[in-house]
Amino acid sequence: MTRVERHTYDVVVVGAGGAGLRAAIEAREQGLRTAVICKSLFGKAHTVMAEGGIAASMGNANPHDNWQVHFRDTMRGGKFLNHWRMAELHAKEAPDRVWELETWGALFDRTKDGRISQRNFGGHEYARLAHVGDRTGLELIRTLQQKIVSLQQEDHARCGDYEDRLRVFQECTVTRVLKDEETFRAEGGRGGRVAGVFGYVRESGRFFVIEAPAVVLATGGIGKSFKVTSNSWEYTGDGHALALLAGAPLINMEFVQFHPTGMVWPPSVKGILVTESVRGDGGVLRNSDGKRFMFDYIPDVFKEKYAQSEEEADGWYADPENHRRPPELLPRDEVARAINSEVKAGRGSPHGGVFLDVSTRLPAEEIKRRLPSMHHQFKELADVDITAEPMEVGPTCHYVMGGVDVDPDSAAATGVPGLFAAGEVAGGMHGSNRLGGNSLSDLLVFGRRAGLHAAEYAAELDDDRPRVSAEQVDTAAAEALRPFSVEGGEPGAPGVPAENPYALHQELQQTMNDLVGIIRRAGEMSEALHRLGSLRERSRSAGVEGHRQFNPGWHLAIDLRNMLLVSECVARAALERTESRGGHTRDDYPEMDRRWRKTNLVCELADRSGELAAVDPSAGQIRLSRRDMPPIRGDLLALFEKDELLKYLTDEELGT
Amino acid sequence: MSAAPAPKAADGSAAYIGRFKVWRGDADGGELKDFEVEVNEGEVVLDIIHRLQATQAHDLAVRWNCKAGKCGSCSAEINGQPRLMCMTRMSVFAPDETVTVTPMRAFPVVRDLVTDVSFNYTKAREIPSFVPPPGVGLGEYRMRQEDVGRSQEFRKCIECFLCQNTCHVVRDHEENKAAFAGPRFLMRIAELDMHPLDAAEEAGLDRKSAAQDEHGLGYCNITKCCTEVCPENIKITDNALIPLKERAVDRKYDPLVWLGNRIRRR
Ligand code: SF4
Ligand code: SF4
Ligand code: FES
Repeated sequence: MTRVERHTYDVVVVGAGGAGLRAAIEAREQGLRTAVICKSLFGKAHTVMAEGGIAASMGNANPHDNWQVHFRDTMRGGKFLNHWRMAELHAKEAPDRVWELETWGALFDRTKDGRISQRNFGGHEYARLAHVGDRTGLELIRTLQQKIVSLQQEDHARCGDYEDRLRVFQECTVTRVLKDEETFRAEGGRGGRVAGVFGYVRESGRFFVIEAPAVVLATGGIGKSFKVTSNSWEYTGDGHALALLAGAPLINMEFVQFHPTGMVWPPSVKGILVTESVRGDGGVLRNSDGKRFMFDYIPDVFKEKYAQSEEEADGWYADPENHRRPPELLPRDEVARAINSEVKAGRGSPHGGVFLDVSTRLPAEEIKRRLPSMHHQFKELADVDITAEPMEVGPTCHYVMGGVDVDPDSAAATGVPGLFAAGEVAGGMHGSNRLGGNSLSDLLVFGRRAGLHAAEYAAELDDDRPRVSAEQVDTAAAEALRPFSVEGGEPGAPGVPAENPYALHQELQQTMNDLVGIIRRAGEMSEALHRLGSLRERSRSAGVEGHRQFNPGWHLAIDLRNMLLVSECVARAALERTESRGGHTRDDYPEMDRRWRKTNLVCELADRSGELAAVDPSAGQIRLSRRDMPPIRGDLLALFEKDELLKYLTDEELGT
Repeated sequence: MSAAPAPKAADGSAAYIGRFKVWRGDADGGELKDFEVEVNEGEVVLDIIHRLQATQAHDLAVRWNCKAGKCGSCSAEINGQPRLMCMTRMSVFAPDETVTVTPMRAFPVVRDLVTDVSFNYTKAREIPSFVPPPGVGLGEYRMRQEDVGRSQEFRKCIECFLCQNTCHVVRDHEENKAAFAGPRFLMRIAELDMHPLDAAEEAGLDRKSAAQDEHGLGYCNITKCCTEVCPENIKITDNALIPLKERAVDRKYDPLVWLGNRIRRR
């Protein structure tokens, strides 16, 4: 049996962003021994990059706000494909989750009367985002990190060991979710309860196994499969792939959010996020003719809600009761498509974006106060002073709405007892498009729920704990070591040189960017699937040099498995869905189709035993099926006007 | 196979071949290695390190995440200056200048540009956490912007640990590490001490004297080197350390001043 370091916990959380840390806090507060595993250092997770804020209907800025309004906005933003129960729980619980952060030391920006200040954002009817300048994600991560430290201090005071009941394993990568030996066999290698995780320590390359009956996936997104992205290197779809390999389905993978405003210049920073707060605080989009073009792109479903003229739009900032919102604040999918169209029509900025201008809209001092990190970022990276000149921006791959199919209340993954998922890695909450600000609240609401239910599940097992088989550990170790043995050619294919994992990754990113990007066509997606097949074959001979100690080439070679699996899900589901909705736009099917509204596309591993055999490239590894969503509960439907519902739901669904 | 596409100068902008020295090695030792690599307009040092990884040194170890100065992962020393690699533009160097990249000096090397920063996590744990005011429920916190502003400045910290790396108290004095929390964590004490609702005193915890007696505030002789390297431009010395020292001194020798401070805070 492979030599591995072994640990035993009650709950293991994979990922230390907002969802993972919130889950870990909850599981530990339930009294269970909890481990958190993260690829980066503790406190560096991608959540730190979230800028705008946390959406929660606290009603501090506008007393009319409440969970029902937030629920409505969320469903509209997701074009009614959201799992209504998740959207409901999210809207109801978000305020408590934000207030709770204050009790852990968070310092949000304040209103005049000392409450948490709330700012405007795209798709939100009222000013709703709790924020700290434009570094809200940093505040969120730091607060959760410090809460974890305070729980560790409690344990230290009690027993002298900081890590007695809560330990962070930083700079470690999980490559497999392990299954219970008995049930795994009993179901012919298909099913089985979760028994723990297998992974490696990035620093030393040593393998480890953490045995635990409950595993929470909180790994974030998949953006590193695309070339232009706001996502960091960590976003290789690990949790999505781990779930698939463990036998859990993914849903809604065709929905990928391209944030409308990423930096476009200089090339080395292309894709880095420019916060939506720029628009929430008054920034406007202009094309090369100087025209505020968003007025031309208000879709029918939103016609009544958005201003038709600049005068009306400008009046809204000061007097939202009597003016409609500026169209710059449409949901992200609409704005991203509009920018894309302007650039395609030849009205783009010099470096292939459009202009985002806040310099003529707010005094310089105000810009620096409200958007300090944007000011800093543009000054340092692009030599642009945003208080004096416009920014150049364009769409960037930002977020995946699709993810692990979960039970809305417990965050339990479908079909795999002991597996839970929360945050970006979970699907359903945001439907076809996520509203800005709903991500941080999602992390907190469902992170807590996942931690709670994972703890309850683990506690109920008592002595009936799953066991990890030596065989599974050996297989996982062999899989992870593969990149070291392919040098000079794969066995059975003599003379084939090892593939460079960096080159494979670049080709993958180019493929997804060009062929399954913001605007999609059937032919291109078929071509993408074909290319993914051949990349998958080649990735089996991705080889690396050097040794196992902190070797980024090796890490990337391992991550490629996940990116290829997830990319295939995106491409297959996108090809199947013959309509345009939210973060899925088909050039060949430009209209939203009410008949597609209630259909989820479900991705599962074709070979359920979890082995990634060298399959025929055209067949692929993913099996796709359709599934109806549960009908929206009556009292929630009643929150909408019938006229509006008719735009989304079929006549049968409305019983007319 | 098709090779990795050669990096092109985007938009036809001028590219040149730059000379680099990058420290390679591990805990047992290492040396500066010479590299020649393409540099394009608008690039930062981290881009160059990534290009080296992709083309010449696949196993070159480096930490990074955000590439936008927000996560504090990519700290290193560039021509001897402690800096974030992702926020150091190549345009600040002349094309014929050799750029030297070495790991942070105050922390043990793990490999190449990656150092063992666990010192900082140990120190973080030793600082007593925020104490919530008893009896104030969810949604009942009321604080004025003027009062949270000071602590908010310190909460901009991205934990790059460049200040920890730079402070002379520990930079070349391993022996001081046990007794000295370093500027980042002394600042954390100041942050909590200035938090309008922190109830530490009510709970019997005196943050000011703890800073002095337990976390080594006395070692700091306000040279401001930490402030100079902070990529977030936090006025660590002026706004956190000096006020903390003043308050610690007040606290120690002048109970009346202390009482006055308490009353003013209310
Ligand atoms: S001001 Fe104090 S903490 Fe900062 S570098 Fe100087 S001695 Fe160190
Ligand atoms: S205070 Fe500044 S230099 Fe020190 S760790 Fe924080 S951000 Fe880095
Ligand atoms: S990579 Fe995040 S600060 Fe440099």
